[in-house]
Amino acid sequence: MGVRWFYWCHEKSGIPPTHGEISVSASEKRDGFVVFDGVQKSYDGETLVVKDLNLSVARGEFLTMLGPSGSGKTTCLMMLAGFETATHGEILLDGSPINSVPPHKRGIGMVFQNYALFPHMTVGENLSFPLEVRGLGKSDREKKIMRALDMVQMGAFANRRPAQLSGGQQQRIALARALVFEPELVLMDEPLGALDKQLREHMQFEITRLAHELGITTVYVTHDQTEALTMSDNVAVFDDGRIQQLDPPDVLYEAPCNSFVAQFIGENNTLDGVVKEIKGETCIVELDGGEVIDAKPVNVTKVGDRTTVSIRPERVEANKDRLDPEAHTIKAEVKEFIYMGDVFRTRLKVAGNENFIMKTRNAPDQVRHKPGDMIEIGWMPTDCRALDHA
Amino acid sequence: MALPAYYTTKDKLWHYAFRVICFAIFFFLLAPILIMIPLSFNAQPYFTFTREMLTLNPDGYSLRWYQDFLASDSWMRSIRNSFGIGIAATLVSTFLGTLAALGLSRSEMPAKGLIMGILISPMIVPLIISAAGMFFFFSSINIAQTYLGVVLAHAALGTPFVVITVTATLVGFDHSLTRAAANLGASPTRTFFKITMPLILPGVISGALFAFITSFDEIVVVLFVAGVEQRTIPREMWSGIREDISPTILAVATILVMVSIALLTVVELLRRRGERMRGLSPQ
Repeated sequence: MGVRWFYWCHEKSGIPPTHGEISVSASEKRDGFVVFDGVQKSYDGETLVVKDLNLSVARGEFLTMLGPSGSGKTTCLMMLAGFETATHGEILLDGSPINSVPPHKRGIGMVFQNYALFPHMTVGENLSFPLEVRGLGKSDREKKIMRALDMVQMGAFANRRPAQLSGGQQQRIALARALVFEPELVLMDEPLGALDKQLREHMQFEITRLAHELGITTVYVTHDQTEALTMSDNVAVFDDGRIQQLDPPDVLYEAPCNSFVAQFIGENNTLDGVVKEIKGETCIVELDGGEVIDAKPVNVTKVGDRTTVSIRPERVEANKDRLDPEAHTIKAEVKEFIYMGDVFRTRLKVAGNENFIMKTRNAPDQVRHKPGDMIEIGWMPTDCRALDHA
Repeated sequence: MALPAYYTTKDKLWHYAFRVICFAIFFFLLAPILIMIPLSFNAQPYFTFTREMLTLNPDGYSLRWYQDFLASDSWMRSIRNSFGIGIAATLVSTFLGTLAALGLSRSEMPAKGLIMGILISPMIVPLIISAAGMFFFFSSINIAQTYLGVVLAHAALGTPFVVITVTATLVGFDHSLTRAAANLGASPTRTFFKITMPLILPGVISGALFAFITSFDEIVVVLFVAGVEQRTIPREMWSGIREDISPTILAVATILVMVSIALLTVVELLRRRGERMRGLSPQ
């Protein structure tokens, strides 16, 4: 996708970025449809909730802002919608700065966390509201309302009041209302938070389908990593008022660029140690227990650095035949074996870490370990990433 | 309703005693009001039940005091005054009280507690003190014994009710609705009239009704501030009792009770509608 970003991760890690460029000139930086340029936000004039945010979203892109609560992601969305003003820096929409444009003149659609449907109006009147404001005639309004309602399969509900609808139906109406006036940019603030799991999964699919069909640019805020991974073209992981990493979901999951991202996205095993040797794309790490493993240096730079290595549970291998003969292996004690149907989840004690998880696929030849078994595990050096010491 | 089987004799006794006590309290509260209603139909100029009335003889009853009331110029003037002053004072206090409540509900408003305290002080300060203060103040600016003076005085007394009811409505108001309206392109003015106002309307109307009733049955301030021309119904009743004791007062009182019941019923219906509206919001 057309996202260009300039975060320290790539420069420090030494790995070539999977997309975009490392250095971007000021003019290129402002190319996107939505651009945050050096944006800072402070509510009390002392602490920065958002620290130097630089982000560019391409036209038609589905970008998710993912992060724990208090990481600044919602503040960013509110600044974009115009309900908060940036303390510093500039926000551009389609090339023009919008810092001094009031919210009602921005023409941005938004789905609120609690839907914010007008309770005294019917569904039809709710959808009609943005069209009346824009001075559309009655027949035009009716046409657009019906089209928007059909889009979310709620065509039969135009005369109901919001309170007569279920949570999922209200969610669809909120979506239809945000789309009915055909905005180019739609913001969504944790729109699926109040729905049950099944409905949430269905709506994830619906929202991405609509966004792509209509070609709208979407900025989506969530703290749910599954939502972020399944829906987005690009995910910006927020923590502590900064973007920690901005990448497509697969890159984010497979190549986290620091310990925070590795821990925040998906399940992750960590081992602490010291870098002993760096040889291009691999390095040798001596764990605190004295064991030696292979890893891929991500943001360690020199021998002697403290590091936390990160390995995904499904990339841990107990079958020696599938490992590189040269690869280092490490002894592990089986603590617990959990049968989960499609996968086996084995909890191991590795180099002092008792919560080291190995996930294996349930295949006919797969060994089912018993607690107390001593096994040897290993991994491809590329799957074991030496990150900053957490 | 059958009493539970495990009730002892003492429990049963209490059960009935409790009902008797409750009934006695209602009687204490309502009897003075209810007794006026049959007495207002008395055919004789007495404040007591006549023999004919007690035997339910139709000759004992008449509408003469109601006719008296309707034929009297001073009573008619007092009705016009009461409604005119009441409605004008209600409009002023509703307008001011709603604006004050909206301002006080904003998060950036400083010294909220202090301002709220000042606004509702007319409710707390003894009425006679407010009345005396207004008398001297209005005299010095030459609006004592004018309609304007009475309307302003009643507006001051009615405003706290509007502030309180509208503030209470705004507590449950979902502010993301105004954000949603702005996001959909509505200017702040449009948002106020299309979104905020309809949703807080039940609070505004019940506040307005309280303000109206406050003005309608107020006498202390009227005694101080109003002249002969501005006499309201309560003021006319007051001189009626003091000067010529006539059952016309009973007829007027009966009519006032009916008006009050009607107004309070409206308030209650609005409150229920407000709650339903509140229930409509998604949280």
